[in-house]
Amino acid sequence: MENRYYIESFSHVNNGIVSVNGAPVFKTLETDFKSVMKLAYKQLIVDYPKFFKMDNLSKLGLLAAEVLLREEWEKNIAMVFSNRASSLDTDRGYQDSIKDATHYYPSPAVFVYTLANICMGEISIKHKIHSENCFFVMDEFSPETLSSYTEELMDENKAEKVLCGWVDVDNEKYDAFLYVVAKKGTFVHSDAEINRLYKTTHEQ
Amino acid sequence: MDNVYLSHNNIVSSLGFDSTTVIDSIEKGNCGLSVYEDNKVLHVPFCSSRIAPKELQKRYENLNPNTEHTRLEKMMLVSLADTLEKKSKIGLDERTGLLISTTKGNIDVLEEDSNFAESRAYLAELGEQVQKFFGFKNKAIIVSNACVSGVLSIAVAKRLIKQGRYDRILVVAGDLVTQFILSGFNAFQALSLEPCRPYCNSRTGINIGEVAASVLVTKNPKELAPESVQIMGEASCNDANHISGPSRTGEGLYRSIENALGQSGVRKKDIDYISGHGTATMFNDEMEAIAFERAGLSKTPVNSLKSYFGHTLGASGLLESIIGMHSLHRNTLFASLGFEELGVSRPMNIIKKTTNKELNVFLKTASGFGGSNTAVIFKKV
Repeated sequence: MENRYYIESFSHVNNGIVSVNGAPVFKTLETDFKSVMKLAYKQLIVDYPKFFKMDNLSKLGLLAAEVLLREEWEKNIAMVFSNRASSLDTDRGYQDSIKDATHYYPSPAVFVYTLANICMGEISIKHKIHSENCFFVMDEFSPETLSSYTEELMDENKAEKVLCGWVDVDNEKYDAFLYVVAKKGTFVHSDAEINRLYKTTHEQ
Repeated sequence: MDNVYLSHNNIVSSLGFDSTTVIDSIEKGNCGLSVYEDNKVLHVPFCSSRIAPKELQKRYENLNPNTEHTRLEKMMLVSLADTLEKKSKIGLDERTGLLISTTKGNIDVLEEDSNFAESRAYLAELGEQVQKFFGFKNKAIIVSNACVSGVLSIAVAKRLIKQGRYDRILVVAGDLVTQFILSGFNAFQALSLEPCRPYCNSRTGINIGEVAASVLVTKNPKELAPESVQIMGEASCNDANHISGPSRTGEGLYRSIENALGQSGVRKKDIDYISGHGTATMFNDEMEAIAFERAGLSKTPVNSLKSYFGHTLGASGLLESIIGMHSLHRNTLFASLGFEELGVSRPMNIIKKTTNKELNVFLKTASGFGGSNTAVIFKKV
């Protein structure tokens, strides 16, 4: 495959660390998801109280995107996300709220987050991006579909850049890896390179 | 550049178990919606379209399964088996992809009395079941993007074929009527107890329905069906406005239509009709009217097929695209059932009666939670 596109930058959020291009920008020894998000918010997002109304998946995605997009001027950025658990982390809580006829409390505010793509909707709102969105679900991170889909979006001028990657939350386990694909950049946009960058902090 | 087409297809629904039966029924003006009393799903009666369980089971058993499948899997297997049968000359080789569109998949396995393990709720497990059953060489690609999933899947299939990843992709879409979904829409106070009346001034809300639908997407002109259409252009734009409320300006839908049109080379005046999203909620239908007017399409005939099946979630966009292809080839505009008087603030040309008309091009749109919108333009082959 000829190299027409590049990866401009990438972020990871896992094990209490938020990193950009492999370098940590936030670290905590806290282990539970809620505390990690709260502390990371205070340092990296600061002034977006809506964050605390979001479900775990949206929080994780918003944080991983924030460190890549906060100085980004381009608004024609598509989003191509993927994960394993879809919105199951939130779905389980919602199902609990309706399982018993005598304790039946379906909440519209929770129900709306029982879709994985809401996470891209939240990022779109925060960064005012009216772009292509697509959410893929797969059993483990795998770049093939994401890269083909992204290249077609770029080839057809559907987007100037594409924010791609993996945002997964499942029973306190969390893992985000996002990267920006553009016409110029540091790393070649290839499946091998995407896999290498995905594993950058995982192997430490 | 290769063209990409929709070809052989199937619909499993309350109106029948194959596309021809279902389209015949629609042409006759039959509505698949009725009122159900099922406390397992909702504590009050609800209006829905559900697939007849006995007929589904019979057709499923005819496929000789050698393992247990969930209700959704049965729906998808029965639908895809029919589509595959029609393309029997093509093997499921490495160049053939499988794409599944669903919003909630096997979400009913989270219910306490489910016979299946909770792990079946992972969509990759659903994908594996379908892949293994038919012997696809490639893992299923799964798109879960709220209520635009079905029509977005067509765009995804086209895009992956154009990138050379596959020569053809079988797309199958489905979602269930479950306690999970109905309790949620009920909590939003969005459900109508009557068959929904999209765009009508007396509309009272949405119905949630159940279908499975499947289609062959291919670049090979030799693999086409008599009802085939070409995918001319597609786009999907986010409202960037609200995660559950439609945009007041129809921004994402308007942009999706303009972008899809630009790519298609089709002129606005050549769009013979629009298959709208039309859920019959106050805000959705109003948003569509605004977006269509901004796009200069106020005079183009529009229907919403939700009036036959309700909103079938991740299947709806694929279901309605399949009906659209048959509509073109039958040169018939299908009525938007239950519509009496316009109930949106902008002019619209709602199809009141099923009528014969020479048709060549239609626009399919969908909108969903998360601010998602998708538009695809199809042309008769």
